Amino acid sequence: MESQLLLSGNEAVARAAWEVGVDMGVGYPGTPSTETLEALSKLEDVYTEWSPNEKVALEVAAGASFAGSRVLVTMKHVGLNVAADPLMTLAYTGVNGGLVILVADDPGMHSSQNEQDSHNYAGFAGVIMLDPADPQEAYDMTKRAFEISESHDSVVIVRSSVRVAHTKQMVSVGERKGAIKQAFKRNPAKWIMMPAYAKGARIKRDDHLATFAQSANCDELNRVELADKTLGIICSGVVYTYVKEALPEASILKLGITNPLPQALLEEFAHSVERVVVAEEADSILEREIRAAGIECEGLSCPRRGELTPALIRAALGLSTAEVNEAFTVAPRPPMLCSGCPHRPVFYALKKMGAIVTGDIGCYTLGAIPPLEAIDTCVCMGASVSMAHGLEVSRSLDKKRGEESTTGDAPVVGIIGDSTFAHSGITGAVNTVYNAGGGTIVILDNRITAMTGHQGNPVNGITLQHRATKELELEPLLRACGVDRVRTEDPNDLAAVTNALKEETSADEFSVIIFRSPCILLTRSWPAAYKVDVATCRGCKVCTKLGCPAIEFDSQTRKAHIDEKGCRGCGLCEQVCDFGAIACTEGETN
Amino acid sequence: MTTTVMLCGVGGQGTILAADILAKTAAQSGLDVKLSEIHGMAQRGGSVTTIVRFGEKVFAPVTDPGEVDALVSFEMLEALRYAHFVKKGGRFFVNNEVIEPLSVAVGTLKLELDPLQKLNELGAELVDASRIAQNVGSPKSANIVLMGALSQALPFEEDVWREVITKRVPPKTLAANLEAFDLGAQSVRAQ
Repeated sequence: MESQLLLSGNEAVARAAWEVGVDMGVGYPGTPSTETLEALSKLEDVYTEWSPNEKVALEVAAGASFAGSRVLVTMKHVGLNVAADPLMTLAYTGVNGGLVILVADDPGMHSSQNEQDSHNYAGFAGVIMLDPADPQEAYDMTKRAFEISESHDSVVIVRSSVRVAHTKQMVSVGERKGAIKQAFKRNPAKWIMMPAYAKGARIKRDDHLATFAQSANCDELNRVELADKTLGIICSGVVYTYVKEALPEASILKLGITNPLPQALLEEFAHSVERVVVAEEADSILEREIRAAGIECEGLSCPRRGELTPALIRAALGLSTAEVNEAFTVAPRPPMLCSGCPHRPVFYALKKMGAIVTGDIGCYTLGAIPPLEAIDTCVCMGASVSMAHGLEVSRSLDKKRGEESTTGDAPVVGIIGDSTFAHSGITGAVNTVYNAGGGTIVILDNRITAMTGHQGNPVNGITLQHRATKELELEPLLRACGVDRVRTEDPNDLAAVTNALKEETSADEFSVIIFRSPCILLTRSWPAAYKVDVATCRGCKVCTKLGCPAIEFDSQTRKAHIDEKGCRGCGLCEQVCDFGAIACTEGETN
Repeated sequence: MTTTVMLCGVGGQGTILAADILAKTAAQSGLDVKLSEIHGMAQRGGSVTTIVRFGEKVFAPVTDPGEVDALVSFEMLEALRYAHFVKKGGRFFVNNEVIEPLSVAVGTLKLELDPLQKLNELGAELVDASRIAQNVGSPKSANIVLMGALSQALPFEEDVWREVITKRVPPKTLAANLEAFDLGAQSVRAQ
């Protein structure tokens, strides 16, 4: 029975995977992909799990596929870097049960550290890639992806992006007929990728791709919409919808399959129009590939960065755009650490110490924003730990040469969250111990993967189904890695935070401090609000340096003020006030 | 013809629920709809926008400056931040409330403009959404008050709005939310 549901692209992918009988879904949370696996986990009769990272997720999926299960793997674009190692070789092994990877790109970097274009991976690995334009297509193409994966013995990537993943539309859906499973067969030449077998597998992979490329020329996923023949646009994914909006008269070749490209169809389209323009965002892969295929085309004459929009496409082609009213300059409103966030005291203390802080990926990256401005780097998952080691080694080399260090003598601290540490911080810690490094690592264990919307992880021991499982205990883990100085502190106690940081950073060996306190948003009832005693407040503004959204400063009266509704009673402001002007309102009668 | 509504506010104000109700109302009225939102990092108290577009056939889920038919803002400064997205003759429905960005609240930056004056110049319809929500006993329903206000600029039947709201809000708060919707609509009719 067919029905219509308002679904996001992520939910549509989950629904389609469920309907085509996936046995299993695995992934690691990452905006804009996260809700896919969450949506799948809420559907009946399908097993889902969060992995500690994307490489593990893809390997788990490979095992399930080997066993004959259909399996969906979900991640954001940068997650595919982590999963790239198994991906490159799974391109050779192929699959048994259908194996589909949903990867969600983030052009415009709304919630990411870069805007790499996942199209690159399909060509690089030699796997098939489908490119939906909206949630309905995400649903339809995910279903096709599983069929293609099995019929062409290939991993298939469904490449989504923020404007597909987080766009909702009415999607026509069907029903699940139960799990579909392939027979299991041991097959060394297919599954053991040592040179003798890999050479044959490489040939097989190339043949499968070539066969699929042939059929892609007449596959309904690649669609020609002939209209005005003076201009032909080649596009894929959500960019197709922008082209339809911007250039309703243009002829379009919409590529639903972006790897491999349909050579004959491209040639035919190019011959049928006077001018061929390739419209794509974040990178120029299609343009390069189409040129390399010997077809003359041009790219849009606008920078290949950020998101495209219909108006940008029109402007790039020299066409008119809407008349625009005056834009106002309004003070920026960046995201920030929540009121009551247990990360805040740690950043406040680190800033006061003047520490050089290598940061990581999570809510705590917001420790970089004024007024805290307490971290110096943010590169990728786990980099805080290894970069701190690199910095320390560089400094020790200066010392060995008898030179003053380029980084001075400020303490070096790497700062990482619980989920990120489980994702890729552990190997960095092992490395520092192994190579007798120094420095201090701070693990902000807030008992949740917070930034992506509160997912469980190995450290808090909560599964995707919100069930309790074994917790990964950080202290024994670190000691087993060989870290001799491991201590755990309550981050809400600023004196304890400062003291721990001072002691550990002045120690002569590698140390780890675990600051453990649950994310403030995990609880819905907070302690009573704090209040500024106006008579005692000297207007020194020290409390405003905390970057707490609930603390304001009245420049007329020169007094601080705490917004009662915004305050979550963490009491950090009371701890920094030198004049005792801030106190809890508990017990106060109005 | 595609109609474009932009909803903006501060992360955590309930723009996503409001957009969902609008999208479902449009869909239930027989139109093609796309809703596009940004979450993740921006949710932590940052500036957020959601686009809802509906018509016979909607392609792009996003919009450009000068293309928005109606801007619904949960906060006055955010209305100004995105004002240039509104087309000439487009409408503004703005919650009569200023939430100062932290930099302004602690005096690092100055506001530089008078939001009320600017919004009046733009012909914005100011809605006492937060206060109305408070009065009906459901402080979180400011988003529903604003949907009530917006409903006056859109061709959808009131029954459809009410049906969608009924399905979408917790039963405990239903009566308050329906009242919030009515009062939002009234406040625009009165202006």
